[in-house]
Amino acid sequence: MDSNGVSSASDIRREIASLEAAKAQIEDRISTLQAQLSNCSSNGRAKEEIEENRFSAPSPTETISDGQLSADMIYRYSRHLLLPSFGVEAQANLLKASVLVIGAGGLGSPALLYLAACGVGRVGIVDHDVVELNNLHRQIIHTEAYIGRSKVESAAAACRAINSTVQIVEHKEAFRTSNAVEIMSKYDIVVDATDNVPSRYMISDCCVVLGKPLISGAALGLEGQLTVYNYNGGPCYRCLFPTPPPTTACQRCADSGVLGVVPGIIGCLQALEAIKVAGAIGEPLSGRMLLFDALSARIRIVKIRGRSLQCEACGENTTLTPQKFRDFDYEKFTQSPLSTSPLKLNLLPTNARITSKEYNERNIKGEAHVLVDVRPSHHYKIISLPKSLNIPLASLEARLWEISAALGRDEGDKTENDGSSASLYVICRRGNDSQRAVEYLHKMGFTSAKDIVGGLESWANDVDPKFPTY
Amino acid sequence: MQLTLEFGGGLELLCNSVKIHTVDVEPKAEEKKLTMKHLLSWVHTNLIKERPEMFLKGDTVRPGVLVLINDCDWELSGQLDTVLEDKDVVVFISTLHGG
Ligand SMILES: [Zn+2]
Repeated sequence: MDSNGVSSASDIRREIASLEAAKAQIEDRISTLQAQLSNCSSNGRAKEEIEENRFSAPSPTETISDGQLSADMIYRYSRHLLLPSFGVEAQANLLKASVLVIGAGGLGSPALLYLAACGVGRVGIVDHDVVELNNLHRQIIHTEAYIGRSKVESAAAACRAINSTVQIVEHKEAFRTSNAVEIMSKYDIVVDATDNVPSRYMISDCCVVLGKPLISGAALGLEGQLTVYNYNGGPCYRCLFPTPPPTTACQRCADSGVLGVVPGIIGCLQALEAIKVAGAIGEPLSGRMLLFDALSARIRIVKIRGRSLQCEACGENTTLTPQKFRDFDYEKFTQSPLSTSPLKLNLLPTNARITSKEYNERNIKGEAHVLVDVRPSHHYKIISLPKSLNIPLASLEARLWEISAALGRDEGDKTENDGSSASLYVICRRGNDSQRAVEYLHKMGFTSAKDIVGGLESWANDVDPKFPTY
Repeated sequence: MQLTLEFGGGLELLCNSVKIHTVDVEPKAEEKKLTMKHLLSWVHTNLIKERPEMFLKGDTVRPGVLVLINDCDWELSGQLDTVLEDKDVVVFISTLHGG
C-alpha cells in the first residue's frame, strides 16, 4: 500500500479479527461471572459442580424451596405464572426439567433461545460444527463475532446471556452411536434439530432405547414439518418410516436452499412442544404431524399412524438394546453420511479432468475453448465465470446443439469432434454435476470434454480468492 | 369424480412444480370403486413428468413419502385398498430432513 505508516486492508482486517476474538472472550467471561454472581446472591449455599458444566448456575431444584419459587423467579416468569392453563405448577415442572437439543443450527437456534428464556432447568447442546457466515441468515443464535468458533460455545453464551439461572451443558462433539446413550440418558426430553437422515434414525432409536420423548422438526426450502415421537404410547420415527428414503430424495439446505425464517418457525414450534411436554400441559403433537408451507401460508395438521406392532425399534418383537444400538451402522442403513460434508464424486479418468489452476493458465494463454456451466440457471445468476455458457445438466440433452454451435461446427459430425480446434470444458458448483455432464458428453461423441475438478469452489480457493462462493 | 391432489416436500418438482391439482378421475371400467391403487397409477400416467422413481417404488409410494387422505395417514384407512370418494383431498408429501 503506502509507506507512511498507513495500514493495509489486510492488516486492518487482521486487527479487527483479533479484537473481535478478544471481545468474544470478554463477553464469555462476563456471562460466566454474571451467572456466578446471581448464584451467590440468590442462594448462599455451596453448589455442586455439574460434571460438564464449567459454570455454577444454580440447579433448578435448589431455587425452589418448599415448592415455592424464589422472588427473582416469580418476577422473571411472572407472565407464565399469570396464565391459568400454565401457572406455577407448569413453571415448576419446567424448572425441574432437562432438555437436550441436538443441532445448534437453523432449528436449534430459536429452540435453544426459547428453552433458555422460559426457564428449563438444564439445557444440553450437541453440535460439532463451527459458525460460518452463510449460517447467520437462519441460525439466529450466532453472531458475526463467533464466525469460525464452535456453535455450541456460541449458542451456550447466547443462552447464558438471556438466562444465567439456567444450566447450559456444552457437548462439543458429533452425536454418534458411541456417545449417544451416555449423553441422552442425562436428559428428560430430546429435540432433534439435525439436518440429515442417519441422525434422525439414530436419535429416534436412542430415544426408544432410553424411553425419551422426541420433538422432531425439519425444514427445507419453504416448507417445514413437526411432530412428537415416542411420547405416551405414540409412534417412533421408524413406525412412520421403516425404510430409509433413497439418497437422491434427501436434499440438503446447502444444495437446495432454505428461507431463514422457515426453520425459525419450526424451531419455535419445537420449543413450544418441548415446553408442553416438560410442563405437562396441553396436548403435545404426538400421533399428529404439522406440515407448514410458507409460500402459500398454509399449515396443515394431519393424523398419522400410531405405534406399529411390527416396528423394528419400538414394536412387539423388537430386539433393540443399548448394545445393539451402539453397534448399528446408521450411515450404511441410510446410505448417507452423518456429517453434512458435500458428496465428492469421482466418475472420470484423470485425462478427462483438469484443475481450475490449469484451466486458468490455458485461458490466459488464449486457448480457443468453450466453457459450459451446467448449474441450474438460478445458480448461474448468482455468479458465473466470464464467457461461460449456461446449459443446466437437466437440459443438456436437448441443448447439445448449442455446444456444437459454440464449438464452431455442425451438429452432424459429433463423432469427428477430436479434430475440432476449440476445447470443451465443463464446470459446476463443486465438481459433481460437471463429471456427470462430461460422462454424458463423451457418450454423445464430445470425447475431448473435460470437467474442471472441484468446480467454482476450487476456482475460488485456488485461482481467484475474491470469487464469491455460496 | 373430483379429487384435489397436493404434492409437497419436493414431490411437486416431479409435476412441473405445481403443488395443487384439481382432477377428475374415474374408476376403471370393470371396477365400481376408485381405489388408491388406481389413483397412484393414474397420477403416474397423468401428473408425474419426470423421475417417477422419486414417487413410486413397485406398486406403492417410495419410502419417505407420506400419503394423507383427508388429512389422515393412509395407513389408517387401508393404504392401497382405500376407496376414494368425490371431493376427497389426497396429499403426497416427502419427508424433510434439513434443519
Ligand atoms: Zn416404532
